[in-house]
Amino acid sequence: MSNAARHGTILEGLRKVGVTGIFFVRLLFACVSALARPRLIIAQIYNAGGRSLIIIMLSGLFTGMVIGLLGQDVLRRFGAETALGTLAALGLLKELGPVLTSLLFAGRAGTALTSEIGLMRATDQLTAMEVMAVNPMSYVAAPRFLGGFIAMPLLAAVFSVIGLYGAQLVGVQLLGIDRGVYWSQMQSSVGIHDVTEGIVKSLVFGAVVSLIAVTEGYHAEPTAEGVGLATTRTVVASSVLTLLLDYMLTAVFL
Amino acid sequence: MRDVHYAVDKRPIFSGVTLTARRGRITAIMGPSGTGKTTLLKLITAQIFADRGQVSVFGRDLSQLDTPDIYGVRKRMGMLFQNGALLTDMTVFENVAFPVRENTDMPESLIRLLVLTKLQAVGLRGAADLMPGELSGGMARRVALARAIVMDPEVLLYDEPFVGLDPISLGVILRLIKHMNQALGITSIVVSHDVQELATIADQSYLLSGGCVVAAGTPQELARSDSETVHQFMTGSEEGPVRFHYPAPDYASQLLGADEG
Repeated sequence: MSNAARHGTILEGLRKVGVTGIFFVRLLFACVSALARPRLIIAQIYNAGGRSLIIIMLSGLFTGMVIGLLGQDVLRRFGAETALGTLAALGLLKELGPVLTSLLFAGRAGTALTSEIGLMRATDQLTAMEVMAVNPMSYVAAPRFLGGFIAMPLLAAVFSVIGLYGAQLVGVQLLGIDRGVYWSQMQSSVGIHDVTEGIVKSLVFGAVVSLIAVTEGYHAEPTAEGVGLATTRTVVASSVLTLLLDYMLTAVFL
Repeated sequence: MRDVHYAVDKRPIFSGVTLTARRGRITAIMGPSGTGKTTLLKLITAQIFADRGQVSVFGRDLSQLDTPDIYGVRKRMGMLFQNGALLTDMTVFENVAFPVRENTDMPESLIRLLVLTKLQAVGLRGAADLMPGELSGGMARRVALARAIVMDPEVLLYDEPFVGLDPISLGVILRLIKHMNQALGITSIVVSHDVQELATIADQSYLLSGGCVVAAGTPQELARSDSETVHQFMTGSEEGPVRFHYPAPDYASQLLGADEG
């Protein structure tokens, strides 16, 4: 890559960060007026959260079952099968719950948000709102951002709880670990700070994924190709940022 | 608009456009495709701002207004979009009620009365419960018109209102524009290139070409104009100062070259 091309890429990246930053500030102001329309926010919590529930529950169940299977196999080598409950709880609450939910959320709800707002832009619906003296930032962008921000931690919690039952299903029902030991080990070794870490992560991921999805949709080129590209960018940027932020937050909580 | 200059990516769209829409009159803005007719409406609704010159609505320079004042000006306007721009997640009724709900504290019973009255005016009271996806293009345009007039605006902007309409819908829209102008005194600005239709309703016409106003007057005056540009536009001729073909290499040599390649 030539120097000029490298500078161009860096400048484009900085421009993107700047656009998102300014948009975020505008969005925060718009959120204040959007709070006066709770009906819209509730509808978006349903759209982003309720409609993602099945995929989150299924993914949580299978993730938990894999933890049960793999955890039992690994822990048995050290004679520590009884620690399966601890492994499952810490793994799901601190890491897998928030991270996998965020990745699934970006793929399911994030893409839906981007394409919906992008198509509203392409079909002049956002412009029509502006001309009708209705601020689309308050009416469209902010409720969707808040809906995603609120739905994400709830989905992560559902993911983790279903995952714990999935691990129990395999570890206890199939592989014979004592049920009492499974739950009591979990109770004795998981502290409130572990739960807090998971909640903070899912709140941060929820804000980041929702912000990216809304920003990409709002600034999408008003064409079929433009909306498609914006949707792809939402998934890629959300996934990479989720993993990057996960590393940083894990380091902070250690 | 006075001496308005506007460019996109250094490509000039307007180079000193001056025009006036008189209160209570129908003003037609005509011109070939790509002359910036829709951009003109964006300037009037303060979606974009002129690089130079002045755009004034209700006597106020739009570039001097802050956001709440711009929204105040927009509340006194209505706009019919070329594609309708209906909100796709709402019924026809909800679409028409939308600006009233968002901009007023009107009770629900009154909103219902108002919306049904406007839908009746455009002949779509029976379609109140349909979703925009269930409407034909002409019906969507009529719903959009009902939405544009529901706040009883002082100024109505129409962006290509006649495109793709069947003769009945076209006649209805023409009559509605004329009726709203005469009965309610609404100032109308109609952007279109349908010369024949505009000639029947417009009080004043402007012809845009090459970023400037090349002719102004009543439709009859424009029809009698000696200007080559006006003549070409009014008669729909391919030959004239307005090029039909986008600049390209010589046709024959390009075809022969492709054959050789």
